[in-house]
Amino acid sequence: MSLAGSEPLAISPHLHREITTARIMWGVTACLLPAGLWGVWQFGPRALLVVLVALLAALAGELLVGLLRSRPTVRDGSAFLTGLLVGYLLPPGVPLYVPAAASLFGILVVKGSFGGLGNNWMNPAIAGTVFAFFSWSAARRGWIAPLAWSPPAGASWAEPLAFVKSAALTSGAHGPIELLASAGYPVSRFSQALGGWLHGALGLGIDAHYLDLLFGCVPGSIGEVSPLLLGAGSVYLFRTGIITWHVPASLGGTFLVLVAVFGGLPYGAGFFAGNPVFHLLSGSLALSALYMACDPATSPMTAKGKLIFGAGVGALGALLRLCGSAPDGLPLAIILMNIATPLINGLTGPGRFGGGSGRPRA
Amino acid sequence: MSGRKTFPSGGIELASRKSLSRGSAIRNALIPPIATVPLLQHLGTQALCLVKPGDRVEEGMAIGGASGPISARVHSPIPGVVTEIAEVTLASGQRSLAVRIELDGSFSRFQARGWPSLGPDLPAEEIVALLADGGVVGLGGALLPSHLKLSIPKGEPVDVLVVNAVECEPYLTGDYRLLVEKPRELAEGIRLAARVCRPKEIILALDQSSDHAIEALAAAAAQAGCPISAIGLRSKYPQGDEKQLLKALIGREIPPGETPLAVGAIVVNVATVYALFEAVVLRKPLFERVVTVSGGAVRSPANLKVRFGTPIGSLIEECGGLKTVPKRIVAGGPFIGHTVLDLSTPVTKGVSGVVALTAGEVHEGTRTPCIGCGRCIEVCPMGLNPIRLLKQVEHSLGAEALEAGLLDCKECGCCSYVCPARVPLVEGLRLGKRAARSAEAVR
Repeated sequence: MSLAGSEPLAISPHLHREITTARIMWGVTACLLPAGLWGVWQFGPRALLVVLVALLAALAGELLVGLLRSRPTVRDGSAFLTGLLVGYLLPPGVPLYVPAAASLFGILVVKGSFGGLGNNWMNPAIAGTVFAFFSWSAARRGWIAPLAWSPPAGASWAEPLAFVKSAALTSGAHGPIELLASAGYPVSRFSQALGGWLHGALGLGIDAHYLDLLFGCVPGSIGEVSPLLLGAGSVYLFRTGIITWHVPASLGGTFLVLVAVFGGLPYGAGFFAGNPVFHLLSGSLALSALYMACDPATSPMTAKGKLIFGAGVGALGALLRLCGSAPDGLPLAIILMNIATPLINGLTGPGRFGGGSGRPRA
Repeated sequence: MSGRKTFPSGGIELASRKSLSRGSAIRNALIPPIATVPLLQHLGTQALCLVKPGDRVEEGMAIGGASGPISARVHSPIPGVVTEIAEVTLASGQRSLAVRIELDGSFSRFQARGWPSLGPDLPAEEIVALLADGGVVGLGGALLPSHLKLSIPKGEPVDVLVVNAVECEPYLTGDYRLLVEKPRELAEGIRLAARVCRPKEIILALDQSSDHAIEALAAAAAQAGCPISAIGLRSKYPQGDEKQLLKALIGREIPPGETPLAVGAIVVNVATVYALFEAVVLRKPLFERVVTVSGGAVRSPANLKVRFGTPIGSLIEECGGLKTVPKRIVAGGPFIGHTVLDLSTPVTKGVSGVVALTAGEVHEGTRTPCIGCGRCIEVCPMGLNPIRLLKQVEHSLGAEALEAGLLDCKECGCCSYVCPARVPLVEGLRLGKRAARSAEAVR
């Protein structure tokens, strides 16, 4: 009986859950892939190029940091994930220096300079993208009409959120979907046919614009446009415990309630006249709530802290989306709440055992 | 089944892997031709050596005497001749003097012949004396001499006596086998324990998977004249720890640094109850115990009744040997047990299992940076912030760590088990506790 190969001394516990940091990162990456492939399919090779540049810049930045600190970290998957998210957050038609600069800023400045994975206090992908947005106006344009809109009639349309934001005050419509319909915003043939079938067979009158938003048949940022595929990917994350329900639920809940209450104001429709479904399906809500806001390094550690954080992102996100100058606002809301994370962690520590009910006094 | 009682915060649900050995009835391990019997097998000070090389010893004869207020006697597991008194390393890493005995002679003394009836009136003092004579200690892991635990200071009422058969460590099934195979003996043991500490109520706590063992034991206890209530708790680690156990059963929290008596409870492990039965009824001292030999690397996992001083390696051989090279061999359960460096390490009173784990079971990894996911906080049953404590310890912020509850940590291992970055939390906190205690000792 030989013990060769077993370790000499190891400290308890002698069992570990299978999951590792690298598995978490690569797992999240895998869950993001369907939505990204959809974006590349809809917007063409240009979208693929943007994502690849973002990825390569992120990996190059991580390699550089690893060389400087003589501690290689590329294989933990976190830089790949950052690069992927940068690509997902950008419109497909941006100049290629935008993804490169955004990834490098995220990896080198936001993450590397603070000590690498786990020490960054802001989501590197969002911070890099926001840096690019504020630096170049070209980073905020570059929409490409989706393949589903055939023929390429609508090449010059902006993504739905940007479109309704700029047109809300001037139109006579009472809500975003009505505005899209009255402005003749294109609809894919698939959603038209599905909408017609739903109406005929089930008696459901659903505007085809909703279906386009759900499936991702609209212009938009490469990885954001398909809430359906982003949601489907997240099922695995929930099932494996990589993410918990706390942040998505409180974020989504707060955001949707606020949008329902105040969302009608830009249209002069008063309170309680918002359209939460439109806001649920548009912009980066799915990507923000299910992926970016759940980043372990930049969100609080306890369940209570996660609920507070999510509610903060939801509230700030609703405020920025309805009143801000940028169309979406959620990514910005996430990095604003990232700043509050250490404070939330300090306020929501666990309750120590032994202070509770002792022996009842006779 | 929902509505199972358990402790409310922290803890982990895990694959118990008990099915490897659960169905295997307790069988006697081979008698070791040479037994190496350490004199430190309990909490407290090492027993005084009562023999010298060349002495002839009988099975069950005292070879170590209690050496102080907290100490326990040690008995010879086999008849034979003392060949050597030498220092050995225990599974726990402690060093201890050990008596080496070469097998020779007969086993007439403790052959099973039924048990004499003690009647209902055996005085409590006599029971306590027999426990001290028999070297009985807590076999659940703490190894506190049982005569001390059961000696309740005057004026301290005991609301509840809890017999702990939860056995929350994965792989271990020795307590379960005792429940199934020895209901009458356990019932008598419980009756005797209750005579000493006079509880208002007796609760048998077990895991929900052992529900089927309740009926026979409850019937035996009723027949012995001491009714018990049995509660099958939800399968969750560390449900068997006395703090989590009492929280789940009676809703009371033992304050930091206190014992169960602070909340009016006494907790006795089921294997200890069996040892109590043997020591008091059969006048048989504690020189053997049930050890689960299991793990993915062991060919035929089993529950063996093992005499102390038997080398751990020979138990594995008795269970068919190893089928693969183990990553770690653990004495005790995988969560709080210790890795064995040397297969000649003897089984002692504290060794509840020998678990040979494969790499696929250990899931080891190298330490990577903490990603701040908070899993360690979520699972800590003591409501601590393990990663923050570790950072405080690593940055020599001992006072802050103590303030934050460092000494509440009981090294149950939940935090290290779930950490995706493989941060050695338990190891770091253990070092921090040791540093804090030695700083305290200096002052």
